[in-house]
Amino acid sequence: MWEYTDKVKDHFLNPRNVGSIADADAVGEIGSMACGDALKLYLKLDENEKIVDAKFQTFGCASAIASSSALTEMIIGKSLKEAEQITNDHIAEYLGGLPKEKMHCSVMGRDALEKAISCYRGEPAKVVEGQVVCECFGVTDVQIERTVRENHLTSVEDVTDYVKAGGGCGNCHDAIAEIIDRVMGKAPKPKIPAKKLTNIQKIRMIEDALDREIRPELKKDGGDIELVDVDGERVLVKMRGRCATCTASQVTLKHYVESKLRELVTPELAVEEVQT
Amino acid sequence: MKTIYLDNNATTRVAPEVVEEMLPYFSERYGNPSSMHSFGGQVGKEIRAAREKLAGLLGARPEEIIYTSCGTESDNTAIRAALAANPGRRQVVTTRVEHPAVKSLCEHLVKEGYRVTFVPVDRSGRLDVDYLYEHMTEDTAIVSVMWANNETGVLFPVEQIARAAKERGIAFHTDAVQAVGKIPIDLSAGAIDMLSLSGHKLHGPKGIGALYVRKGTKFSPFLIGGHQESGRRGGTENTAAIIGLGRAAEFVSDHMEEENTRVKALRDRLESALLSRVTHAVVNGDPENRLPNTSNIAFEFVEGESILLMMDGHGICASSGSACTSGSLEPSHVLRAMGVPYTAAHGSIRFSLSLYNTEEEIDYVVEHLPPIIERLRQMSPFWQHACEKTA
Repeated sequence: MWEYTDKVKDHFLNPRNVGSIADADAVGEIGSMACGDALKLYLKLDENEKIVDAKFQTFGCASAIASSSALTEMIIGKSLKEAEQITNDHIAEYLGGLPKEKMHCSVMGRDALEKAISCYRGEPAKVVEGQVVCECFGVTDVQIERTVRENHLTSVEDVTDYVKAGGGCGNCHDAIAEIIDRVMGKAPKPKIPAKKLTNIQKIRMIEDALDREIRPELKKDGGDIELVDVDGERVLVKMRGRCATCTASQVTLKHYVESKLRELVTPELAVEEVQT
Repeated sequence: MKTIYLDNNATTRVAPEVVEEMLPYFSERYGNPSSMHSFGGQVGKEIRAAREKLAGLLGARPEEIIYTSCGTESDNTAIRAALAANPGRRQVVTTRVEHPAVKSLCEHLVKEGYRVTFVPVDRSGRLDVDYLYEHMTEDTAIVSVMWANNETGVLFPVEQIARAAKERGIAFHTDAVQAVGKIPIDLSAGAIDMLSLSGHKLHGPKGIGALYVRKGTKFSPFLIGGHQESGRRGGTENTAAIIGLGRAAEFVSDHMEEENTRVKALRDRLESALLSRVTHAVVNGDPENRLPNTSNIAFEFVEGESILLMMDGHGICASSGSACTSGSLEPSHVLRAMGVPYTAAHGSIRFSLSLYNTEEEIDYVVEHLPPIIERLRQMSPFWQHACEKTA
């Protein structure tokens, strides 16, 4: 059973603005029966491009109907320009949140609105942009990229929850993961200044990283680490406590300690264990 | 609001007779059946009696019953046991419409390097038996075919398939979780080597299942531990649940005829009334070869989760094969394997009845469901279009 908010339930059981507008100024249609949900949005505008009426028809689950209903309530009275600013997140927020797996319902709302607006402006029906990545649901790389960026998605499952891509046969999971990496890579990350560190600076930063980040983690498992020397880019350490006898400590060293130091100090570092 | 429970393939009400029989084992009769003292020993005696009752329901010998924790454990045990017993054989034959307890395990076995043949079904959910026979080879360790499908209720000719497997020297297992208690079963005469069942599907408690293993079948345990179940399944007996399952076996046995007459008639009444009142509605699955309690109906142009939630508002409980109800994006693998178009699969509702349902309840559903479908169709962008097309 889904955990729907009261607002979702209310909009599902008492949907606002169901129906069609015979002389609509704009219509946006999205989805299909095969996909499991579809929304047709009708807009009536006044001479100042203010939305004076909106109606919808939806085929889909409770959250799809609620998202459509919420969308019409949100846009009536708004100018086209204002309506354009509405994102899927706004729709979900308006409903007090949606289950993660149902976020694609709010995306459908946003997409229908976008389509209706370009219909009104007489923009040619958009040819689907980009390359289809998910064959099962016909989702392109451009759509996935946009959703990843706008919603800060980090996993393939997230992408599936939002735009359905990857929810069918699963053959495109690698391609989706690549898109996520690409988008995340592009996002401005606080970067360590690329300037060359002096030896003293480097050692201080390594010690600092060990103290603040690495040691507390190792101590959780009863382990510890000691810095023996820094020779160029080589960081020589000794594993202490439980780490000294743990068979997985080499993995910890390479996967955790080294990558953490590379992240916090400089990417060239290589960590080596010295035996006593 | 009264609850009208038409979701008995998901789980059933524990019969009051069963509850009553179980209660002492939660309190004063807490002894361990393995104990040497008579306080525990008397529980052991009751467990033997319960085992006899369950064996009686299946036409099996008591020593052919192994208690497990659930249907899933029974299925896993059976298939793993057959693979362990035939280490040289690397193929499993099963169907495309199994319950996840078998399906997911088989998909997992593929990752372990086994070859798995998934036998298809036709549009009515009937198994392609010829295809199955063609794919049994010298490499086949086990054939596992469900007796009755949980979503459509369609029955498979498992006894016939078991004989064919036996002729070829291949072990046969059936997941009979949905069949046991609803249709008569007699394993003594047949060729089925292993059969899984689950207590909570036949008015027994949850947390108890059983695996029937025909005497002489090569077996190796899944749970290794104590000597319980003659060393075939370690772990202290779930005494209360075993006693409950024994009583439940008796209960469904006593009501077998009613299930196949009165309950079946209620199901048919529900089905025909809904089909006559709602246009664009079709039954999924072979109407002839079906469990007496199950009806799976596709309501086109509407979506299953919405139907379920609106029915819930009237206290009516059922299930759907729609994508949205499962959290996945594709409708049920059973309906897809049958080739039910997505447009119908998304609006499929499974009604599964039990002995506890009444005519009034069915009439209540027949009264309240058509307006729900109508209301959702009025909301659907496809409905108007469909009406224009048929007009």
